[in-house]
Amino acid sequence: MNQNHNISQNNKALSTKDLMLEIKDLRKSFGDNQVLNGFNLRLYEGENLVIMGKSGSGKSVMIKCLVGLMQPDSGSIMVMGKDITKLRQLELDELRTEIGFLFQGSALYDSMTVRENLEFPLRRHKHKFSNISDTTQIVTEALKSVGLEHAINLMPSELSGGMKRRVALARTLILKPKIILYDEPTSGLDPITAKEIIELMRSIQAEYKTSALIITHDVDCARVVSERMILLVDGINYAEGTFNELAQSKDKKVRAFFKQ
Amino acid sequence: MFISSKIESFFIEIGELTFFAHRFFKEVFSKPFEFKELLRQCYYIGNKSLFLVATTGFIIGLVMTLQTRPTLEEFGAESWMPSMVSISIIREIGPVIIALTFAGRIASGIGAELGSMRVTEQIDAMEVSGTNPFKYLVVTRVLAATLMLPILVLMGDAIALYGSYIIENIKGEVSFLLYFNKVFDALQFGDIIPAIIKTYFFGFAIGLVGCFKGYYCDKGTVGVGLAANSAVVFASMLLFIIDFIAVFITDIFVEI
Repeated sequence: MNQNHNISQNNKALSTKDLMLEIKDLRKSFGDNQVLNGFNLRLYEGENLVIMGKSGSGKSVMIKCLVGLMQPDSGSIMVMGKDITKLRQLELDELRTEIGFLFQGSALYDSMTVRENLEFPLRRHKHKFSNISDTTQIVTEALKSVGLEHAINLMPSELSGGMKRRVALARTLILKPKIILYDEPTSGLDPITAKEIIELMRSIQAEYKTSALIITHDVDCARVVSERMILLVDGINYAEGTFNELAQSKDKKVRAFFKQ
Repeated sequence: MFISSKIESFFIEIGELTFFAHRFFKEVFSKPFEFKELLRQCYYIGNKSLFLVATTGFIIGLVMTLQTRPTLEEFGAESWMPSMVSISIIREIGPVIIALTFAGRIASGIGAELGSMRVTEQIDAMEVSGTNPFKYLVVTRVLAATLMLPILVLMGDAIALYGSYIIENIKGEVSFLLYFNKVFDALQFGDIIPAIIKTYFFGFAIGLVGCFKGYYCDKGTVGVGLAANSAVVFASMLLFIIDFIAVFITDIFVEI
């Protein structure tokens, strides 16, 4: 069934804001397996957009195409007006500083301390900050925003799962990105820590005024953080709307997501 | 059918490795240069392999002398011992055995390290943060292995000769000065220079294969283990192929 349930009422209001991300007709396959089959997306300034989908529905492939970690077969990906599929490496690296990416498994560099993990993105992009003689202040500020300033000299192996996720979040914030991409931000965490991470995501958005694209299959997370949601089924936008609109949908496939 | 598919996959792997090497040469001369990480890798790869190389070298010297001495004694040719041991160690045994030991430690270490970084998305995280992971991880490690192995081989050779001297001193009461005079009398530039040059190629091959296997590691912990294991096997095989080519070329240009 190729049916787009666009039932959102607030799309008109959003369209007056600046467009941060736009994906048009994105297609990606691996051999015979067509993972993305004409996916479309628009993310506006300051918006929290949640993408929900089953495992293997192409969420992670989509988000990796979005930051240039994978090349799509066809379609366009505009990030702040630039088509990232057509950028040269240096231009892409520069644009990536405007995008923060929180990986599912945190992806902290195990051979580096928390401080070095946070300093790492600063090495190449010091020009984003004026008077950056000492990175300590920037690192401390980022750690403070996730409540972990005391962990600055610890190694990732000394941190719990929730702490790792917080440090990873601090690392994504260090370059003050305009867009943050969250890949399953609460997966593998206990419910209490997951709630803390969700709260943190909300406070960060309020503090840093970022736009966020959140990939998740955690309904609680989607309910709290989403302003708009897209359900990804078989590589296409199956349904779109606010959490409440989708939760009240009569469509079987849409309802299946909310029966947790 | 099985053999032909094995041969095919071997040549596919060689082709992919060639592309990987091509990317290395493209990246190594372009800015920004990762000097700090290169020095860190030189310390890690060089300094931390020192004990292993020293032990291996020392034992090669001891064993070679112990094994060869009885045969030379039969012919009353013990005085040939220093020249025989030195030529065989400097030309062939030292570089090859030390390179194999180095491959066992470094290729597997790099393969496992980069493999686990790939599996846990650390390489992706580096790329997303606007840092070129190939330059930061691969170029520095390959360069460090290329620069460190010749130094380690020279040290290993010296320690092997010292090990040989100890046995000669115990069994034949040969003095340090006499032993090493004989060693340096026997050695020529044609023995030392080609042997040193080939160790640069050995180091490059070991670093490159370790990085290649780790960088393109399959998903999962099994993939990391396989990357480490196949890095050692592939690097060791390449060492022998390079050694054969080096000896062949040396034979053409240098009168042995």
